[in-house]
Amino acid sequence: MKIKYLKLDKAEGPLIIMDEVPDAIYGEIVDIEVSGNKHRTGQVIQIDKNKVIIQVFQGSSGISLDGVAVSFSGKPMQISLSHEILGRVFNGMGKPIDGAGEIYAHQDYNINGRPMNPVARLYPRNYIQTGISTIDGLLTLIRGQKLPIFSGDGLPHNQLAAQIVRQARISEEEAGNFAIVFAALGIKHDEADFFAKAFEEAGVMDWVTMFLNLADDPVMERIITPRCALTAAEYLAFECGREVLVIMTDMTSYCEALREISSAREEVPSRKGYPGYLYSDLASLYERAGMLKNTKGSITQIAILTMPNDDITHPIPDLTGYITEGQIVLDRSLYQLGIYPPINILPSLSRLMKDGIGKEFTREDHPDLANQVFSSYSKVQEIRALAQIIGEDELSEIDRKYMEFGRQLEEKFAKQDFEEYRNLNQTLDTMWKLIEILPEEELTRIDPVLVKKHLRK
Amino acid sequence: MDGKGKVIYINGPVVKAEHMADFKVREMVMVGEKKLIGEVISLEEEIGTIQVYEDTTGLRIAEEVYSTGKPLSLRLGPGIIGNIFDGIERPLSKIYAGGGQFIPEGIGLISLDEEKLWNTEITVKKGDLLKSGDVFAHIQETSLIIHKAMVPPGIKGKVIRIVDNGYYTIIDTILILLDEEGNNYELKLAQEWPVRQPRPVWQRMPLEKLLITGQRVIDTFFPLAKGGTAAIPGGFGTGKTITQHQLAKWSDADLIVYIGCGERGNEMTEVLEDFPKLKDHNTGNPLLDRTVLIANTSNMPVAAREASIYTGITIAEYFRDMGYNVALMADSTSRWAEALREISGRLEEMPAEEGYPAYLASRLAAFYERAGYCKNLNGTEGSISIIGAVSPAGGDFSEPVTKYTKRIVGTFLALDRELAHARHFPSINWLLSYSNYIPILSDWFSDKVASDLMEIRSKMMGILQEENKLMDIVKLVGEDVLPDDQRIILEIAKIIKVGYLQQNAFHPQDLYTILPNQYSMLKVIDKLYDRAYACIKEGIPLSQVKEEKLFSDISLMKYQISEEKPELFQKLIERINGYYDSLENRYKEGSTDED
Repeated sequence: MKIKYLKLDKAEGPLIIMDEVPDAIYGEIVDIEVSGNKHRTGQVIQIDKNKVIIQVFQGSSGISLDGVAVSFSGKPMQISLSHEILGRVFNGMGKPIDGAGEIYAHQDYNINGRPMNPVARLYPRNYIQTGISTIDGLLTLIRGQKLPIFSGDGLPHNQLAAQIVRQARISEEEAGNFAIVFAALGIKHDEADFFAKAFEEAGVMDWVTMFLNLADDPVMERIITPRCALTAAEYLAFECGREVLVIMTDMTSYCEALREISSAREEVPSRKGYPGYLYSDLASLYERAGMLKNTKGSITQIAILTMPNDDITHPIPDLTGYITEGQIVLDRSLYQLGIYPPINILPSLSRLMKDGIGKEFTREDHPDLANQVFSSYSKVQEIRALAQIIGEDELSEIDRKYMEFGRQLEEKFAKQDFEEYRNLNQTLDTMWKLIEILPEEELTRIDPVLVKKHLRK
Repeated sequence: MDGKGKVIYINGPVVKAEHMADFKVREMVMVGEKKLIGEVISLEEEIGTIQVYEDTTGLRIAEEVYSTGKPLSLRLGPGIIGNIFDGIERPLSKIYAGGGQFIPEGIGLISLDEEKLWNTEITVKKGDLLKSGDVFAHIQETSLIIHKAMVPPGIKGKVIRIVDNGYYTIIDTILILLDEEGNNYELKLAQEWPVRQPRPVWQRMPLEKLLITGQRVIDTFFPLAKGGTAAIPGGFGTGKTITQHQLAKWSDADLIVYIGCGERGNEMTEVLEDFPKLKDHNTGNPLLDRTVLIANTSNMPVAAREASIYTGITIAEYFRDMGYNVALMADSTSRWAEALREISGRLEEMPAEEGYPAYLASRLAAFYERAGYCKNLNGTEGSISIIGAVSPAGGDFSEPVTKYTKRIVGTFLALDRELAHARHFPSINWLLSYSNYIPILSDWFSDKVASDLMEIRSKMMGILQEENKLMDIVKLVGEDVLPDDQRIILEIAKIIKVGYLQQNAFHPQDLYTILPNQYSMLKVIDKLYDRAYACIKEGIPLSQVKEEKLFSDISLMKYQISEEKPELFQKLIERINGYYDSLENRYKEGSTDED
């Protein structure tokens, strides 16, 4: 029989403070009964002698100092998981909201997880074919990778994520052994509906588990939602042996929720008011992607974040980029030119690509070819800047070729239909076609042997 | 009481406890029923503040804090090399073998394997007088490293008992020393040392040898001396980690200590998977046989991140004391600084710049000062070179960690986002980077490589500087309007950048260039420049002077010229001379004809 405490000391924003709780446990979950039968959930976030600070996920509005009954569970936040979570929809706290009843499970899982032992990790080396040229050719996605999409307001990041879900082919023999975990973090209802519809159209709805914390849901629950989703993903991957793709959107809303709680706690802020532990906190989510030795299953993470003001040096994209294994950066000016997907390849990067492409994995010419396209396209940017000043007609012969290369790359390679699937050979052959525009002496990134073998073939 | 405190405050990794009057500052303690490892960071009357190296979730008020009576220490002995440890020297492979795919808390203080028997060769005999640092036993720990068991600092005396050669564990007593005051000391293969205290040396020596890395832009443009310090700052995606890995793989140190401090788990896994397969450049033995890994990945407890740097440097000092040249890579020191900031914030200390504590600069300096070329207590010479990655927020080099680090280190390798976007790797910006070691290494260079190497280097740097100025004009009006004597500068600069500074870490031929070849490559480019420039000055147009095939072959020489065939450089020089001789002749004849 757990003791209920009936008196609060202070209630402010998302926090309540209670005195004279003699045996609170750091991180434990508390149940707060408000005016009779409404329940809220909170978590102990600081203990000072007998004084306990509790973060209430639904906020403190409507709470009075003596109209509540608080009981301490003695346990950290947990969710019940079983194979039945596939095809189900949960709220941000992991409670079913699709009317199909509770999850029957033998075991509860701590949503905070534990750090994966680097010795136990298996280095990811198998690529996932997404059918999108820019990604497959230049930013290859590897199974077990965490590759976020850095986007901006109004850019088609949702479409891109949906296209990846629909087209991602891991490999034939593993079809039917995958799962998708979707975590909505403060996105709008219509965005969540868009994803639900996209999953349905792709015919994968039975393998999707959704955790929804929408824009009008309690902000503090947003801290819990990705952790529930990743715990479910770990369960599906490492206990059920599935290849799991986790989509988390929008990480910017998550970070803002974190900032809100930090400022309520009167912590010393670091950049732009975000707490000093933002990096560690984000890492505790992103690092939950990966693969384990001697264990089936994998977690591939695509987190979506909208860069405030399209600023890539803002703390959220900045710290994310330091943790994740690369980033796919969407660009407003490309989108305005009518290019979908508007992936700006220069600041984009897939860190695991180097070990997942080439002779044994994709094609022997892939690494050098990708390198060449990157470096030539970066030259295009310099020449475009020059052309704006002196006019394209004044450019040298070779510079005009670069201009043409840039145009064709955007039109024939980057631009792709939302429904279009291109296989890897098509993508790589298009890349050869593109660099054929340039004089051969400019191809300094490709091993001459490969140039001989592939150029103009 | 016997040293037991009682927890009264919990806030993440910061815990306070009362009844701690008997504890000492910087003492290692165990907190709560799970016996989480912690360290006392301050004491005020009865109340002690403790930083805990494990996750404190589940810790309850009034749980007990146990004293260990000693500061946070490492066990130093055979079993370190080839191993991977967490921030406080707990072996991750052992945790994995015990079923830890995920790292649990409360595993206690385990470190080196106490059961493994080591084939020990005793190097002293009964009656010998030994002083601190003296070696008393040799163990072939790996194919590359002979582990030398040493008398711990602060101890000396006469050997009164000693075992024979044979197999011993690190907890077996190997010999007993009797000192002048009549104290007995039992020495074992392993010793303990507090991590925050530098191990003593006989004296520091001047730096005068190059740390050879095989990376052209580092070795010849921004060299690092053995015993020196370097910082590699760069935004995300600029290739800090790959540069660090390249140095760990190819630098000519005897031992590498690689600290993954707050970085990605997969990067540590990559090292663990790659290094056993890679061969040491000099001996052909697996690279893991000279590597020690310390991993505190970004999702591991933040307090242990603060300790991981000290764990790494203490291990490095221990091997330096045996007379080895150690290179320590810390990736990334910014995460360490952030760990300091996070703990400082929870202690409610007054923040200085950007929330970092005011002692950030002095802690950084104290860490880098543990590098050096030293004469050890036992008379051998050893060195520690530190190469620290810095991850500036937003890629901005004016932030506190980069700024303070820059003040301390000798070599500054500034990584550049623009270069990285153009996939120019290593993306070391040649205009922002510098090396203070060039003057002190110039003797070494002329002795071991060539007397004119540094001269050619400055000439090349001059061309790059000139190109930078010209590019400002080119960006406004295009290249065509420049006179030929300036356009040739642009062409040569391009060859230096593409053909020399860029180096492909994944190309089997290009990933390592021996020093003589680095010199020869520069010589070829220098020759090309001199001959081409002279022709331009003669009035020969650039279209004639720039022979496409020749220029492109020189750009690609890095892929074609192997270590075994250095004579190909000579052939290239002959080709250059041949081409320009005939060009000059043709031109002279041509102009005579006109006359």
